[in-house]
Amino acid sequence: MGRKVAITGFGQTHHAARRWDVNGLELIQEAVARALENAELSLDDIDAMVIGNMDHFEGINYVDTWSVEGLGAFLKPVFKVTTGGTTGATVAIAAYYHVASGLFENVIAIGWEKNSESDTTGAIITCSDPIWDRFSYSGAISSLAVEASAYMKTYGITERDAARVTVRDRSNAVNNPYAHLRKAVSIEDVMGSPMLTEPIKLLDICPRSDGAAAVIFSSEEKARKICPQPAWIHAVSVRHDTTWFGDIDYNRLVSLESASKEAFKIAGIREPFKELDVCELYLPYSFAGLKWMESIGFCGPGEAPRLLWDGKTDMSGILPVNPSGGVLSTNCIGATGLLRVGEAALQIMGKAEKRQVAGARLALATGFGGCFWSDVLIIGADKP
Amino acid sequence: MKKVAVVGVAQTRFERRIVNRNYADLIYEVTTGALEDAGMTIDQIDNVITVSNDFWDGRTISSMAVMDACGAYGKNVSTVEGDGTFGAVYGAMRIWSGSFGTTLVVAHSKSSEGSLPLITNAMFDPLYYRPLGLDAISSAALQAQAYIDSRGANIEDWALVSVKNHGNARYNPLAQLPMDLTIDQVLASRLVADPLKLLDCSPISDGACAIILAEEGRVSESKQKPVWLKGVGYAAELHYLGDRDLSDPQALTQAAKRAYNMAGLTNPQEQIDFFEIYDAFSYMEPLWLEGLGICGAGGGGKLIRKGVTEMRGYLPVNSSGGVLSAHAVLVAGLVRMIEVVLQIRGTAGAHQIERARIGLAHGINGPCGQSHCVWILGEN
Repeated sequence: MGRKVAITGFGQTHHAARRWDVNGLELIQEAVARALENAELSLDDIDAMVIGNMDHFEGINYVDTWSVEGLGAFLKPVFKVTTGGTTGATVAIAAYYHVASGLFENVIAIGWEKNSESDTTGAIITCSDPIWDRFSYSGAISSLAVEASAYMKTYGITERDAARVTVRDRSNAVNNPYAHLRKAVSIEDVMGSPMLTEPIKLLDICPRSDGAAAVIFSSEEKARKICPQPAWIHAVSVRHDTTWFGDIDYNRLVSLESASKEAFKIAGIREPFKELDVCELYLPYSFAGLKWMESIGFCGPGEAPRLLWDGKTDMSGILPVNPSGGVLSTNCIGATGLLRVGEAALQIMGKAEKRQVAGARLALATGFGGCFWSDVLIIGADKP
Repeated sequence: MKKVAVVGVAQTRFERRIVNRNYADLIYEVTTGALEDAGMTIDQIDNVITVSNDFWDGRTISSMAVMDACGAYGKNVSTVEGDGTFGAVYGAMRIWSGSFGTTLVVAHSKSSEGSLPLITNAMFDPLYYRPLGLDAISSAALQAQAYIDSRGANIEDWALVSVKNHGNARYNPLAQLPMDLTIDQVLASRLVADPLKLLDCSPISDGACAIILAEEGRVSESKQKPVWLKGVGYAAELHYLGDRDLSDPQALTQAAKRAYNMAGLTNPQEQIDFFEIYDAFSYMEPLWLEGLGICGAGGGGKLIRKGVTEMRGYLPVNSSGGVLSAHAVLVAGLVRMIEVVLQIRGTAGAHQIERARIGLAHGINGPCGQSHCVWILGEN
């Protein structure tokens, strides 16, 4: 690890299915302005920017140059990173390295998506290999359905177990004024929602949202001046191991196992379930809220339903997961991972208002996407 | 800040259409090529940056197609969507941060599989600009005309650039278009978008390249002489063409200033021995030289006319043949860095220049060079 880096500001748009009132540039500008306001900085204080989204959702090529006016990046260094669903986390990690490298003092990471302008499934289908994978794993839901089915069969998990995840995240979203879906749902609501791809029902899966997020990363020297309690980056880790959906071990999320293990090692965390205070996990569908907890190492294989039913991951539990309402409540894809990072940082900064977890000092944020890829960040109140 | 060097490089041969290999094959070829060049194994690579673009690849999450081929399994990896010079920026940052000792940066493009007008039309604002039919070529033509109008540039000088760079390509076995041309042939070539003629434009190319970066303590793992990253700068200007003075590449000037400062260059005209710059169109070479501060506004043409930028001139520019002779989008800027490395190593073969201690490599993103990246590399 090089220079110490902290998050000093976070801004997000009000997310919705359709933000008719703004175009893409205005959406980006809304998040950037709120991040600057949150950190009490001006554009002049920002040395560089890094942006990410998924090209084919809005059909805009070279988003880094297209968005200069919305970003406020005139004559500033800016480039684009993009890795599918993990993009938001990837942007955060890129901004971390921007500052850690010593090249820049304050850097803004921006993730955005205006899904209402896209044919989301039409676009995402083309990520699979056109000859071998596209016909069997087309779109986001089908590969997740394979994963859920395998997990259910191996460990005797039920659809009701998964529904408990949706119930938790959606009830948390009620406390988040920026969330897209702010209405609590019951187990029965989830169980009675329309089947999309067996065993995934409508309320098991994330919505598609319009929205943007902006997170400010600062050097140690700047962080102390900007913010009484910066959110320090303790570790980042990334695994984008697979290229083929057919190669995936659907009983484990290998990339998350491997990335979490590396991140915990860097951060010196031995017992993550005990040591972490709050998690913002990229859980795009309910079953992930079970299986991936096991991949992170919070419990053994097949044991996650117990954690959920016992309320251990509720706001009142020992390790609250997704106080923001998570991806099941808001999913502006290129921003989704960055929202996890920003929300985790807000918890550490003590600025999460009604969704604040009291005394949160160590947080985990994750990103998921691509071909079952994972990005992991550990964020803490203490300087690493 | 740690010192970082380029310790391994590889590029494919650039062709109009590569039909027997897909993207992943090309990336595998340059990944193994760069490792071989350095005498290293994939286990010595700490992390990976890939460079790709979903539009050019016709695939969402285009990096997915090359994750296995670049050897990223089990490694920290990320993807830059833009010119390869920006991929190198991120790759170097990850070493400067102290997190990694080595980075592999790979870039690929098969422009032959897509439609250039459609793909580059999509980089413009969808409401006001796209319906005008603007694309990379027609917007460049606007910039070329602005260069004539504001700075008195003339098309005969541009023709000389084309003659020079295609001529240089005769000495580069990987270039796509080695040509023996005359000014008259360039001027008589088909008008593509006034004032640009066919031989003012770079070709459509398929190809890939890779570089390996290493921190000072790890350069000895490579068998190659290290070529050091001395400075880098990048910056973007406004998107809307109507809001820009297309004849004044101010983002380039800004990027160059940062790179010169970082490299400690106080007098770049004298201190930089040679240039590899992004001449997607012939007029760009003199215009970018002006933006880089190598000559004054409108002075670029004179450098060409006086032969200063020829391979045997005082300030050789694009002795590899430049982008005019092979233009794999996203790859081309990283190839400029590789060519600078080969020159400084002294292994550029038939296009080796005599004095190559400090070189400048340059890449662009967006229409009319909206965003620029400038690298200074040196032997010390």
